[in-house]
Amino acid sequence: MKEQEQQLLLEIADDELILGWRDSEWTGIAPLLEEDVAFSSIAQNEIGHARALYELVARARGTTADELAFDRSPDEYRCAPLVELRLMDWAETIARHYLYEKADAKRLEQLKHSDDPEIAGLAAKIDREEAYHRIHAQMWFDRLQDEPRFVEALERLRPQAEALHDSAHRGEHTAELTDLWEEMTVVRRSQPTGTKW
Amino acid sequence: MIYEVFRQERKGQPLQHAGSVEAADDHFADVYAREQYGRRGESTALWVVARDAVIEIDDFVDELNRNYHRVDGYPLKEKLKEARERAGTAAAPGDR
Amino acid sequence: MNEQEFLEYVQSGGQVETADWMPDDYRAKLIKFIEMHGNSELMGVLPEREWILRAPTLQRKLALTAKVQDEVGHSQLIYRVVEDLGKPREQCLDDLISGKAKFHNVFHYPTKTWGDVGVIAWLVDAAAIISQKALLRCSYAPYARIMKKICWEESFHILHGRDVILTLMNGTDDQRELVQESLNRWWGPLMQFHGNPIAKEEDPMYVWRIKSQGNEEARQQFLDGYVPQIWELGLTVPDQELRKSVDGVWEYSEPDWSELRHVVTGHGPKTEERLDLRRSARENSAWVRKVVLAEAA
Repeated sequence: MKEQEQQLLLEIADDELILGWRDSEWTGIAPLLEEDVAFSSIAQNEIGHARALYELVARARGTTADELAFDRSPDEYRCAPLVELRLMDWAETIARHYLYEKADAKRLEQLKHSDDPEIAGLAAKIDREEAYHRIHAQMWFDRLQDEPRFVEALERLRPQAEALHDSAHRGEHTAELTDLWEEMTVVRRSQPTGTKW
Repeated sequence: MIYEVFRQERKGQPLQHAGSVEAADDHFADVYAREQYGRRGESTALWVVARDAVIEIDDFVDELNRNYHRVDGYPLKEKLKEARERAGTAAAPGDR
Repeated sequence: MNEQEFLEYVQSGGQVETADWMPDDYRAKLIKFIEMHGNSELMGVLPEREWILRAPTLQRKLALTAKVQDEVGHSQLIYRVVEDLGKPREQCLDDLISGKAKFHNVFHYPTKTWGDVGVIAWLVDAAAIISQKALLRCSYAPYARIMKKICWEESFHILHGRDVILTLMNGTDDQRELVQESLNRWWGPLMQFHGNPIAKEEDPMYVWRIKSQGNEEARQQFLDGYVPQIWELGLTVPDQELRKSVDGVWEYSEPDWSELRHVVTGHGPKTEERLDLRRSARENSAWVRKVVLAEAA
């Protein structure tokens, strides 16, 4: 697998890992119990997608998915600022969810045509799972589209969603990422690399 | 709105009432039922229906014990015994 | 049917459905009991969800997220049952947040380490499952039915817990110490979990066959199942008196019943903080419920 392809996969994997975390922050405190359960599945899918992508890159690099996911330093992550934001208002969360799914659909479509059959195959699998995410996002969009706070959130986050396609600026992170990384790796860092958990 | 959820565990099995979800409309009910009753692949099919659409019936009347169309209306033991004795094929005591 | 006939009916195994007549006392006790269960599932999410971010592998992250998701799902199932009995979900949540309604002792305590994540899934969930299995025979059928789904989903929780613990016990000295230290902290609340040993014939919940098992019976079952599992790993239980007598009964130091009472009435180390989180989350998302449920109302 070419280095460039690895970088692209890491971009998506890092996006999905961090977004998966942000989405799972609603587990237990979502606006409706039923929605709590549904949104948690979406978060799990995202982390699952990250894992599958890390595994592909890990094999090319002779490492493991967990080491890629957790043992890099914050500035080595390739996630976009959009997913790093802590958005604990439902309007903002759904706005990001809606915008992210639209942008993600475009890049998955490209990846499905990759020369590498493993990449193309995985992209197709992920895309099939994401179909459910898009239905969910659209359902909420339809419900919230007249709410001023939702409209405002969409406008505010749209430029950052567009930046998802901007590979050149990946690596520029928000201040939130370092704090998030510290806490995300605190248990793992408490023991030597390679310790089983 | 409350939606009742019926689930089928495997093909060929009957759909059974599994529970209910609260949802704003059919779209949300679809998503929520799917999650609560299928996120582990534990169901092959779900039927989701608004509670209001369910017609509930739990009062059945049979004042005159209409057993002519039930199995318990046909105790045949005595008649069979008599018929066997008549044919000389009555079972010895202790046989069935 | 009158109350005496109803009592005889449930005591001989009779099942009650939502639309059936039931004595006011039965309905009231049922609501209170089931509501506390729903509250416990919902509050139980809070100590565990902190560790989703800190989970040290992707597998653990996924498993923990799924476990917590199940608990939210359980609270949904349970509150639906309470609502069909006559108490709306929003009222249950009001009472939970105001402190008027209770939730189980174990969810009032802090989680301090990754060891706690393992101990909770392995032992705290095990204690809960023993009670939950007994509820499969609840006289109130809608509750008994959801217990079946709950017990089935909980089966992976215990395995996940055991997996976490075994991995730690097979690991570094620090990891093994995480488990022992966690066990030392959780043992007290675990022993209090099933409640003080009132005779089941004096427990209205048993009389009405809402519960089919007495408190002490549940605790004995827990000890029987799990103390051997604890000891076989070389862990020690922080109770010198703990032993199985010749007639198969577990003896142990008297649990601190005043601590149980104190905690369950809203004075646990984390009670206020967690109820505050519930309150603020609920307030911040009130507009969503209004928008989403308004047209349907």
